[in-house]
Amino acid sequence: MAGQPSPIGQKNKKGQVYTDPWKMMNEAERTPSFFTGSEVIKEAIRRASCDVMIAYPITPQSEAAALIGELFAEGYIGDYFRGESEFAVMSQCAGAAFGGARVFTTTAGPGTMRAMENFPMWAGARLPIQMIVTCRGINSPLSIQPDTLEISYLMQTGMLVWHAETAQDFYDWILKGYMVSEEPDVHLPLALCCDGFFVTHTKDMVDLTPVDMCLPPYDPYRSPVPCMDMECPPVRMMRDPFVMKSNYISYATHASWQQEVWAAVERSRKHAIRWLDGLIDTENTDTDVLVVASGTAVSQSREAIAMLEDEGIQVGLVKVKTLRPWPGEEIREATKHAKHIIVPEFNVAGWLAREVKATIPNNERVHAGPHVCGGMTMPPEIIAAEVKTVLGIKAPSLAGRGG
Amino acid sequence: MILRRINIRMSGLGGQGAVTAAHVMAMAASKDGKFAISNPFFGAEKRMAPAESYCRIGLRKIYDRGELVFPDVIQVFHPQVITMGKSYTMPFYSGIKEGGLVIINTDMPLLSDEDVTRLKDLNVSVFNIPGTNIAMEIAGTELATNMTMIGSVAGITKCVSMEALDLALQERFGKKFVASGGTATLDEAIKKKFAKKEMLLKKNLDTVARSYEIAAEWAEKNHVELMVGEAAAA
Repeated sequence: MAGQPSPIGQKNKKGQVYTDPWKMMNEAERTPSFFTGSEVIKEAIRRASCDVMIAYPITPQSEAAALIGELFAEGYIGDYFRGESEFAVMSQCAGAAFGGARVFTTTAGPGTMRAMENFPMWAGARLPIQMIVTCRGINSPLSIQPDTLEISYLMQTGMLVWHAETAQDFYDWILKGYMVSEEPDVHLPLALCCDGFFVTHTKDMVDLTPVDMCLPPYDPYRSPVPCMDMECPPVRMMRDPFVMKSNYISYATHASWQQEVWAAVERSRKHAIRWLDGLIDTENTDTDVLVVASGTAVSQSREAIAMLEDEGIQVGLVKVKTLRPWPGEEIREATKHAKHIIVPEFNVAGWLAREVKATIPNNERVHAGPHVCGGMTMPPEIIAAEVKTVLGIKAPSLAGRGG
Repeated sequence: MILRRINIRMSGLGGQGAVTAAHVMAMAASKDGKFAISNPFFGAEKRMAPAESYCRIGLRKIYDRGELVFPDVIQVFHPQVITMGKSYTMPFYSGIKEGGLVIINTDMPLLSDEDVTRLKDLNVSVFNIPGTNIAMEIAGTELATNMTMIGSVAGITKCVSMEALDLALQERFGKKFVASGGTATLDEAIKKKFAKKEMLLKKNLDTVARSYEIAAEWAEKNHVELMVGEAAAA
């Protein structure tokens, strides 16, 4: 807090030492652990000095939410409770964040959609809430399996939106996410997304930071807007809301504030570049064919690229880590040599391909697909087949194999 | 056949422990110094509904996840996967790679003539093992059927060692482990059944060891070789 000594080096009630976040994430010794993604979320939150976590069950995030309940029982979280619905949870998260707490929650698929009204509100109110989104199908017929369609809605809310590939990304980005979203010139909520099941329910090796180190507590006095005080609400939002007025001032205020929210998304760029070591990762971008992907589609592409390499076909890779802020300049640079750009996605709409097309010159180079949706898996074989198709190489049909 | 990676699809029914089996296999492979990933796939969790899990074991870092559409090994944990079509694919062996392996928990032949021909055309070996009978005999409960499935795939492919399986079982059942509320309840049920944790570990391990022996013997007799190793060594 302002004028108070730094908490770094002090201990919390569990005996964890508040540690310089950069040192904790980049220099502290790591322990390899074979965990499911849900367990990894719990371990990250154990070290995140969270004040409030609010839960509501929806597959595939329920396990993580339940495990964080255990953390609360162990004394690692300030407060923890279950909301009445996803909408209630996200509204309660707002209340906690308005009050100056570091807030964490998790949701998925239909839960994300149900709570959607809250997300632009969070962004507009500049609440640095972190929400884990373990993507699942949202359309009918229902599915509990991964499908990333909900991300396309989140991208327009003014929240920061990051898309993790693996449990390791998840672990690191939960902790780094707070560092970026709580910066005074950002101070926005973060939707940290992954493909449900493929990350949450998969057991994988993850390197964890020491259990006796944790992030310094959230300092609400670094907020660019005042903490909520009902006696003196900020910009008269509560007592005399703009929605009640139709005049030039109210429109101008709205317009300038929305622009300010998106400017804050842009200002998060420099912090995200520093913490995530760039907004994209690239491999072999001088090849004719390039795969651009985010989330699990990156993992499946890595496998496809290895398969093609065995056949002597070289393919490059761009892993998109942040969707908001959008790494447009980075993608333009990385794709400048590519003749064909394949964009595999776990959704029917192809939102990533649309974003890429809107970013680069000569966008007829973009091949939107392959797409799987409704919870289907994307076997690397179909990405490899797509690459061969654009290169005019005949590939054996995959359909009906063994059938 | 020697593969850089072996991809195992475990098709079972809810409550049989197919998800646990994949986790234990992957944990064991990891303890053996190999790379491994396991993940489940299921709908609304309920007993006797189709449930699948996947275990990938290899010599290099594994990125691939989700359903195994083109597996090297398919394990059928329950006859109903075949007889009642309780499978995510039809037929249950859809996508199996040439030279692959099918392991079925059954005490009688279940495949139709057409299935036999198709699998033969793909040079796929089929191993029937009365896993539930073995589980009843050694562990005294059909809940240990998944242990016979672990033992049989390990016995044929040697993709994990018995020592590593012992360690993985200790880790899985020796300490508190929460995969989900449902799994926790099942774990508690089986722990009560064995009265003592040590007894559970021992009986599970004995069940794994017995099926490992039976499967290894079958593989040797029938010259079935499907191993994890550098392909160049083949």
